[in-house]
Amino acid sequence: MADININTVNKYFGDVHVIKDVSLDIKSQSFTVLVGPSGCGKSTMLRMIAGLEDINSGTISIDGQVVNDLPPKQRNIAMVFQSYALYPHMTVFDNMAFGLKLEKRSKDEINERVNEAARILQIEDYLQRKPKQLSGGQRQRVAIGRAITRKPKVFLFDEPLSNLDAALRVQMRVELAKLHNELEATMIYVTHDQTEAMTLADDIVVLDTGIVSQKGSPLELYDRPNNMFVGGFIGSPKMNFISSKILSKSSDATEVDIMGMSKISVSKMSASSSEGDSVTLGIRPEHLVVNGDSDGSWESKVFVVEKLGDVTYLYLEKDGEPLVAETEGHSEIKVGDTVKVGFPAGRCQLFDSSGQAFK
Amino acid sequence: MNKVYDKIFKYSLQMIVIIFCVFPFYYSVMTSLEGSSAVFEPNFFPTEINPKNYNYLLFEHNFPQTILNSLFVATVTVSISITISYFAAWSLSRVNFKGRSMFLFVILAISMFPQIAVLTGMYQLFLNFKDFYFNIFDLRVKGVTSLLWLCFTYTMFNIPFTVWVLTTFMKGVPKEIEEAAIVDGASSFLILRKIFLPIMTPAIFTTAIMAMIAVWNEFLFALTFTATNSDRTITVGIALINGTIEYEVPWGSIMAASVIVTVPLVIITLLLQGRIMSGLTAGSIKG
Repeated sequence: MADININTVNKYFGDVHVIKDVSLDIKSQSFTVLVGPSGCGKSTMLRMIAGLEDINSGTISIDGQVVNDLPPKQRNIAMVFQSYALYPHMTVFDNMAFGLKLEKRSKDEINERVNEAARILQIEDYLQRKPKQLSGGQRQRVAIGRAITRKPKVFLFDEPLSNLDAALRVQMRVELAKLHNELEATMIYVTHDQTEAMTLADDIVVLDTGIVSQKGSPLELYDRPNNMFVGGFIGSPKMNFISSKILSKSSDATEVDIMGMSKISVSKMSASSSEGDSVTLGIRPEHLVVNGDSDGSWESKVFVVEKLGDVTYLYLEKDGEPLVAETEGHSEIKVGDTVKVGFPAGRCQLFDSSGQAFK
Repeated sequence: MNKVYDKIFKYSLQMIVIIFCVFPFYYSVMTSLEGSSAVFEPNFFPTEINPKNYNYLLFEHNFPQTILNSLFVATVTVSISITISYFAAWSLSRVNFKGRSMFLFVILAISMFPQIAVLTGMYQLFLNFKDFYFNIFDLRVKGVTSLLWLCFTYTMFNIPFTVWVLTTFMKGVPKEIEEAAIVDGASSFLILRKIFLPIMTPAIFTTAIMAMIAVWNEFLFALTFTATNSDRTITVGIALINGTIEYEVPWGSIMAASVIVTVPLVIITLLLQGRIMSGLTAGSIKG
């Protein structure tokens, strides 16, 4: 119904090249999350789709129609801002009805649509209040309600939950997921919170300094990151990166050493690599095996223990290489203990010196 | 114990400030209520209450006319400058164009220009304006020529100030509110009318009052551009109040006139006090 095609789009702010030849296809009715660190251009991407920023070159089309030169109101989109951006002098009802009034809808239709949106978002009791009489969560609901009433083809969310406290954020996240199922609209969501990205997205687009680093389903990005940036960005705590060296190559595996302590054979290949090359081995904290049997192993001293109840994180170090390992919730390991850390070969990623992943 | 001393210290400081600011006004109110000879005897409380100064000003003098003139000039000037600077503030705070900061700088520079520096030029222009005006209009409206010219010059001197203040206020309105309205489908003009105007109302009132006070108190131009008693504004009117004999300064009448022209300003300020500067965008964005 409303595919979005972004074709080799470039954007400059003065001399700064913020979006570099980005091409993206966003499927109709999908929930796409743009993630990346601050300044990677994700909000700019969203604002370009909304029509709040011009594009220097390339095309953006919504539903097959090139929208480069269309003003926001003709793009059939609605946007929810990080700061809510409610109209402070209007009641909640008027805030949600503003767009409809501008479209010259009939009074009955406006009433019906606003009440419908209020019902979905459970803000029916607040319709006559002013924004300043609402809490943060309620304000964000109103902001979402303002988007819903217009029944746009595309919803754009610009970090909508980042001003809410942690508990409310989780609650709103679930409600946004429900909302997506209910409305069957295309949603594009910008966040720097990778938990939101992982939980909400059909597709995640990882942006890095104006370039699409990788696009794929959450688990695809988690299991098979294209490069070190994506590997490091997705997952919390971060993926461990350990410098390593290729010892030998066979037809379907690469054998690497782990700091001269042990060696493992990872079944990933890269045509351009050769024996003796420096590579980076990546492994997530949750995949490290602590004090158990595994392919390659290390012994290391524990510097910090973080007990979160469900899991315990161990901060280790060996010859200047920091390492985080996850172990069961109620671990007996104390600071100063020496633990054996195992590297299961099937869970290891290899990255070449330019950061590209071995396949 | 310390708390008591703190309180005494705090309140006595406040008292000093209040006395310092209010005493001159109090003394002028008192003087205005006294008869001609009592004026010259220093005292803190009036020895008699005598409304003769007010009677004289309001019923035997053309002072009411000068109040009307001032009201006319102030209203016209303030409405024109606020309207123009509201739109100017929008473009200067929201629209990106080349030389915007240069423009703002020039505006600031102009508002520092002393009136006296342009007075002679202005007077020459005034004479031309008068010729031009008399050629088109009927003689009956001649009387307002000076007032219209005052409106024009005041507007000129007020606009840099009001533009600057309103631009600063408008920069404080979060950009997202405007963008939300754009996405909702509102045109720039509609945003100015339906979104910015209500949000900016307190700021507009504040600026309008400041502009109004400036016009109300202006003396130099008012003295230069008005020639007859019928088109004096209040400041000049007060300055030209005569005594019964040449060497008498009629303090009582002058003070009564000052009180009369101050009261409207005090009332306006008190009435609008709540609206001035009260939370521009409360509740709109996070907080």
